[in-house]
Amino acid sequence: MGNYFIPVNYLLKHILKTEVIPSPPISSKTIELGNKYSPDFVCTPFKFTLGTILEAIENGADTIIQAGGGCRYGYYHELQEQIISDLGHNILFINLVSQGKTDLKKLYHDMKQIDSDFNFLKGLYYLYITAKMVKYMDKIDHYIRSNLGFEEKEGSFTQLQKQMLEAFSKVNNPLSLYLKYLKYKKQFKKIKTNKPLKPLKVGIIGELYTIMEPFANYELEKELAKYNIEVKRYTNVHYLLFEKKKQAQKYVKYAKEYIKYKMGADAADNIGRCKYLCEKKYDGIIHIKSSFCTPEIGAMPIISKICRYYDVPLLNFSFDTNTSEVGIKTRIEAFYDMIEMRKKYEELLHRD
Amino acid sequence: MKNYYIGIDIGSISTKGVIIDDNSNILVSKYIWTEANPIKAVKDLLKDLKMGIPKDGQIKGIGTTGSARKLIGLMVDASIVKNEITAHAIGTLHYYPDVKTILEIGGQDSKIIIINNGIVSDYAMNTLCAAGTGAFLTSQAKRLGLSVEELGQMALSSKTPVKIAARCSVFAESDLIHKAQVGYNKEDIVAGLCRSVVINYLNNVGKGKRIEGPIVFQGGVSKNSGVVKYFKEILKQDIIVDENSHLMGAIGIALLAMQNKTSKTYDLNMIDIRFETKGFECQGCSNNCEILKIYRGQKLIDVWGNRCPKGLKEENMNI
Repeated sequence: MGNYFIPVNYLLKHILKTEVIPSPPISSKTIELGNKYSPDFVCTPFKFTLGTILEAIENGADTIIQAGGGCRYGYYHELQEQIISDLGHNILFINLVSQGKTDLKKLYHDMKQIDSDFNFLKGLYYLYITAKMVKYMDKIDHYIRSNLGFEEKEGSFTQLQKQMLEAFSKVNNPLSLYLKYLKYKKQFKKIKTNKPLKPLKVGIIGELYTIMEPFANYELEKELAKYNIEVKRYTNVHYLLFEKKKQAQKYVKYAKEYIKYKMGADAADNIGRCKYLCEKKYDGIIHIKSSFCTPEIGAMPIISKICRYYDVPLLNFSFDTNTSEVGIKTRIEAFYDMIEMRKKYEELLHRD
Repeated sequence: MKNYYIGIDIGSISTKGVIIDDNSNILVSKYIWTEANPIKAVKDLLKDLKMGIPKDGQIKGIGTTGSARKLIGLMVDASIVKNEITAHAIGTLHYYPDVKTILEIGGQDSKIIIINNGIVSDYAMNTLCAAGTGAFLTSQAKRLGLSVEELGQMALSSKTPVKIAARCSVFAESDLIHKAQVGYNKEDIVAGLCRSVVINYLNNVGKGKRIEGPIVFQGGVSKNSGVVKYFKEILKQDIIVDENSHLMGAIGIALLAMQNKTSKTYDLNMIDIRFETKGFECQGCSNNCEILKIYRGQKLIDVWGNRCPKGLKEENMNI
């Protein structure tokens, strides 16, 4: 998922003696494989991850680690395990989250099963470094997103990010990671941009997998950057792992005129964010989800109500494994035309 | 010398072209079928449009819109290439400055555009379903042994339109067959068909949008008086259908071409040059991008569809 395979590989490489097979980047073949063996009406991330698992098995993997979440994601592991075994593969599945909870004792046993020398304290130590790595990655990502549309030399952000991730994967203690982070942060700030004082600003909210995997959202963020739009996005792995627990409750409180309780996955968070973005006078909001994502389907009418109340344009996308790319581009182009026209009109009003 | 501007709207079913002058008056217009060959359609279209240009006229801008806008934009070297939503809004606003809602149903797409203070403030396009579009009407007319043009008039003569499940074109079709087999007469079925297009549109594209008057209805389907009737009936508001309602996208993009003047003068004889595309699958990695190479004459002028530079390499282009 996005660049997050780097910290995950880093962690596994350091705590286990076994060979770690990085999952290949998602391609058309991944989707074809996932589509072939998935139930037709399952949410799209299931198809993507199943495709990835099958490709990893092709490359020789014999153990699969899968996480879980507070929606249908919680059942991914069981169903995928069944499908894989029906296909005749003998694979060990390790589930990090079962029935909404992580059982550390069970996890320790699972790890011992893979590698009998597994050391719990060492595991914790590298888990700490990995968590920090994710945090720094997300912070830099945040900066990139709001500036990518304005770089003077095309590709300079992407290139530096690649270098940074390369450097991150070679550190071996928290201090050197932190120093690397500071070094690259400085370099990112040095990249020349021609950002106007008041650029067009768009917030992206929606379902977590589609929002974080560029292949699943047809590189939406890069597409928006082409139109010189500053992009804001809240969902990232650091948020999901460490902030969500606290924040989700706050979001419900913040948007209390719209929701009373959490609706599963990130639905409540997105409603809160939508209200926040509207109040911060963003020029537009894009809500994306994978097809058949139930929590987000529940959130959509509320989100459009909020946008109507604040008069902020909203664009909805529901991505499936075979969405037409041209259609997406047409809608983004029209969305850009619209928010730009609105902005010019408003500026004209304020001048008079 | 007088200046003229061409607007071309290449849709999935039909291709529309207009020439306007500096005062936005339409000089000539043309409406032909695309027949899944946009390059040929545009060549035919321009051949016809060319006849209408006076001796002292020169073309100072060409704009393209519609689903083949990018390809044709490249072919005619357009001065502006814009999506159909913006083009439709600009065209309609020129004739109806107070318009609040634009309903548009074309061959493959249907859209709704909400206008506030003379600018687009919201829009939606159909996503999954084609039941509410012109292509569906065309195929069903054929099934009933009628031409599309007849549908509207026939629908008007019905007093009791049959109810047709409008959710999806597949269901609608089987419902339609069923109604015919149990003996309903053709008028009522056709009327039910027109009504189902309206209901599908409002439930699908128009969902959650505030539809306020003045409402302008355009696109090819707006020529169907049956559909117009049911829009009026269900929305309980007056619906304006311009005589050029089918050309609005082309007019809009011509206006945009006029507003974005270039110093260039176009020679319409360029359409005689051979213009070709070749598609192939890149073998560079497992993505297998579908790549399209575009040639003008013998020269390769553009390559589309590659996600990375590998797609541009000759060795991956085994056609």
